[in-house]
Amino acid sequence: MIEDGRPIFVQIAEQIENDIIDGVLPEEGQVPSTNEFAAFHRINPATAGKGVNLLVENGVLYKRRGIGMFVASGAREQLLARRRAEFSADYLRPLIAEAAKLGISTHHLAELIRKEEAGS
Amino acid sequence: MIATLPAVSTDAVVETSHLTKRYGDVTAVNDVSITIEPGRIHGLLGRNGAGKTTLMQLLTGQDFGSAGSVSVFGHSPVENARVLQQLCFIKESQKYPEDFRPKHVFRNAPLFFDNWDQAFADRLIADFRLPVNRRIKKLSRGQLSSLGVIVGLASRAPLTFFDEPYLGLDAVARQLFYDRLLEDFAEHPRTVILSTHLIDEVQNMLEHVIVIDEGRILLDADAEELRGSATTLAGTASAVDAFTAGRDILHRQSLGSLAQVTIGRLSSAERREALEAGLDVTPVSLQQLVVALSGEGAKTNRQEEER
Repeated sequence: MIEDGRPIFVQIAEQIENDIIDGVLPEEGQVPSTNEFAAFHRINPATAGKGVNLLVENGVLYKRRGIGMFVASGAREQLLARRRAEFSADYLRPLIAEAAKLGISTHHLAELIRKEEAGS
Repeated sequence: MIATLPAVSTDAVVETSHLTKRYGDVTAVNDVSITIEPGRIHGLLGRNGAGKTTLMQLLTGQDFGSAGSVSVFGHSPVENARVLQQLCFIKESQKYPEDFRPKHVFRNAPLFFDNWDQAFADRLIADFRLPVNRRIKKLSRGQLSSLGVIVGLASRAPLTFFDEPYLGLDAVARQLFYDRLLEDFAEHPRTVILSTHLIDEVQNMLEHVIVIDEGRILLDADAEELRGSATTLAGTASAVDAFTAGRDILHRQSLGSLAQVTIGRLSSAERREALEAGLDVTPVSLQQLVVALSGEGAKTNRQEEER
């Protein structure tokens, strides 16, 4: 789950983001505590705290004093907008590069995507 | 619930300055200047005979340095009861009095450790299935290690050293140790120094990493800083060399027209560029980094630099 190479706190933040996007963590719902994240992922609690704080800074999570951490209203839409903006760089460009390497034209690639969609 | 963590002083727990220990013509610890911050889990990593145990003996007042200074909680640890009662040192080869049984160890532990938690110890004894009534010399290697781990955890000492604590422990027991350490550390923050060979297993728990080789500190950095600090690129030699031209190369090997090169950190744009150039991009794990730093090749490089 935790992979090498990228900071763990960034990966923790991404996993919470994914859970918000998937609706596992609903808006205004409470998220697990830093210590629970640390125990679950077997990571240092300070690192888990850093990941959670990253999302607090971005306005995705907010703190209720003495109670815990909650998903902000509008967080899902905010995350979707950002992920859509990153979609080209993260997914399309590598896909086009691999297709080019295999001699698949962009036109053919579009065809393949349509076929895949129809088939599934 | 977000528990409010107990206040942890921000003063350094351990500070050494040019600390050196010689045994005859062997320099086991060589000019070591480190600072251990409170409330963190530190990894002390290095090969056998690198100086890890000697360094811990100096930090726990079990040995005198030949030169330099050590300060623990602001004072010299040597024969200093005020400092020593805050320490717990779990050694690989702990000696116990003849005829001692684990129950005797647990009965005596509260005398040495102010924060000893008997209920926690009892839970750990059950978790690790330690036979408390068996003579210690009849315990298996793994059970002996369990005994040390239980004492180290339940002592809740403000500064706890684990020196290769898990000789003979199976994978299940090691995982248990990591889980209990993290859980308890979250509730009761303290300073932990964990010396180990099993870097892959512990790397995600560490907040700070110190690598020692031949008595010298090779690396002293936050674990997060080290993640992704090196990357291995593989592909055709021409593509690899084109991408790595002008960069510092940590390691290079080639096979026919293929090459594999380890370089420093890549930005996400550079990573993408490398992927688009058809290269395989793999991060270097902490374990691989330590091997690269303290392996034979690294040693030769260092000696050449010193010349």
